[in-house]
Amino acid sequence: MRLLNLSDEQKQIVKIVKEFTDKEIKPYAAEWDEEERFPRPVFNKMSELGLSGLSCQEEYGGSYLDFLTKAMVFEELSKGCVAMAATLSVHTMVAYIIEKYANEEMKKKYLPRINSGEMLCSFALTEANAGSDAAALETRAESRNGGFVLNGNKIFITSAGEAELYFVMAKTDKSKGARGITSFLVEKGNPGLGFGKKEKKMGFNASITGELVLTDCVVPKDAVVGSVGEGFRYALETLDLGRVNIAAMAVGLAQAALDYALEYAKNRVQFGKPIASFQGVQFMLADMATEIEAGRGLTYNAARLMDNGAKAQEVTLAAAMAKRFTTDTAMKVTTDAVQILGGYGCMREYPVERYMRSAKILQIVEGTNQIQRIIVARQLLA
Amino acid sequence: MEIIVCIKQVPDTTEVKIDPVKGTLIREGVPSIVNPFDKNAVEAALQIKAAKGGKVTVISMGPPQAMDALRECVAMGADEAVLLSDRAFAGADTWATSYTLAKAIEKIGKYDIIFCGKQAIDGDTAQVGPGIAEHLGLPQVTYVQKIREVTDTGMIVERAIEGGYEVISVPLPAMIAVEKSINEPRFPTMMGTMKAHKKQIPIWGAADINASEDLVGMNGSPTQVKRVFAPERRGGGEILQAEDEAGVCVLLVEKLREAKIV
Repeated sequence: MRLLNLSDEQKQIVKIVKEFTDKEIKPYAAEWDEEERFPRPVFNKMSELGLSGLSCQEEYGGSYLDFLTKAMVFEELSKGCVAMAATLSVHTMVAYIIEKYANEEMKKKYLPRINSGEMLCSFALTEANAGSDAAALETRAESRNGGFVLNGNKIFITSAGEAELYFVMAKTDKSKGARGITSFLVEKGNPGLGFGKKEKKMGFNASITGELVLTDCVVPKDAVVGSVGEGFRYALETLDLGRVNIAAMAVGLAQAALDYALEYAKNRVQFGKPIASFQGVQFMLADMATEIEAGRGLTYNAARLMDNGAKAQEVTLAAAMAKRFTTDTAMKVTTDAVQILGGYGCMREYPVERYMRSAKILQIVEGTNQIQRIIVARQLLA
Repeated sequence: MEIIVCIKQVPDTTEVKIDPVKGTLIREGVPSIVNPFDKNAVEAALQIKAAKGGKVTVISMGPPQAMDALRECVAMGADEAVLLSDRAFAGADTWATSYTLAKAIEKIGKYDIIFCGKQAIDGDTAQVGPGIAEHLGLPQVTYVQKIREVTDTGMIVERAIEGGYEVISVPLPAMIAVEKSINEPRFPTMMGTMKAHKKQIPIWGAADINASEDLVGMNGSPTQVKRVFAPERRGGGEILQAEDEAGVCVLLVEKLREAKIV
């Protein structure tokens, strides 16, 4: 559906990303999924376009986009490969937090390389016993010889082993709970940073997921991002951003599934007519389109709130609603797309089964949809 | 190196539909793009600029919305852009168009290379590039598939011909029309797009380029288009089948008699 009040610049940027996706991403997405491979050269091309730097200002080598345009960019990329979009999302979330909270020295040291794509970023929060209850993380950071020593394991980490820079949350003060968490930047190549096994997932396979093993990992004092004890607050803020990105990805993924199913339904002939002429199929298509559009509205609104400097609480609520609704919608829409394609839909030769495998993951990442409901309910009851 | 690239905004389809009544192109609902061959021309210019330094200026003659096409080229990396837009330019054929572009190039003044795409995907004439060269009295090489060498005074290029290519040495300034195979045009970048939208792109009319009103647009166009039409779809042929060749001959003669050809 046409979106009103977009600037020519916004339209042009979305058009570029669409062309790039159609040419460089979409034709290869199935292959990357099959081979469980993150195509770094394609990420580098995305960086040349300016995608790696889309959350930072020009003075740090960024190509800053407002949140609405950013959401539309993630939507377009996800029509081609949602896993690539997810890797980019994590990368830009880390860049955002560094730009917002790190000191000037750290920004100058890292941001130009992050924004050029030379350094891929990874966000390390989750642990075996700290999933939805992220504040329960057990990785420790002890102050020693003017620096810190990190010990612990992080799991389900996007781009583990692939990224050059890791945004790691660790406890600097166990007695303070969430307020005792500090975020650190750890570079790949640090002898104390190891990588465990690369996970085999049900989908999202162009995005690498793995384990970080921090063993007496020594980092200097200036590896602390922002202030000691503020790490969890940064993480939560990052997750708000991440949720809008995820919502935009879910919209793009669902749209790709609808587009495919629609074309298929128009061409697939059974009982002497295209199956799109049957009302049962029409109703499915109509619901798919309507729910995608509703999700798009929620997502763009969350992004616009951010663009207009809305209060953190308002943003958190809008992001949670958008993430929950769009990812549940993506699950439903992709499942229905497989249904419309019938037996063909189950075959890897067609993209819809891959869309369906990806949609399930979107319901879980950046806070499960149950956690999103808790966030919404908490504000309703406050 | 001062490089000028001439581009055209065209409808985004290789199958342009024609209004059967008016005999004109149906443009409604068809998104506009930079003519694909012209993007190759821009890319060729940008590559030479990267290697030798200098400036790339894109120019286009068209309605005000052709500004979008120019902005896209600026987003790819072109330094300057000029839109030639004037009611007097409307209805131009390839002769009047190439005259208008040549006058604008004369106004720009400094140039070493003029790049064009080999043809536009809507008109498919491939005449505007050569026309510009003629108006300016410049040497030209068309169908260029590779640039081998560029010096301050000349270029060595490969010109595609049927079944092979010619290697041509051309002195500068010259007009070079490029093939699709010459390169892979880069994507415009986000930063470039943002810069392009902030850029003031001048619009020049007939008076600005000292073009004679009699030589531009419809007035300056010797070509009279009598009728534009989509050829009617032809049905499939009929295959005559028989036991052997002699049998087919008999059937064929019968058919020819029926058609009163023999």
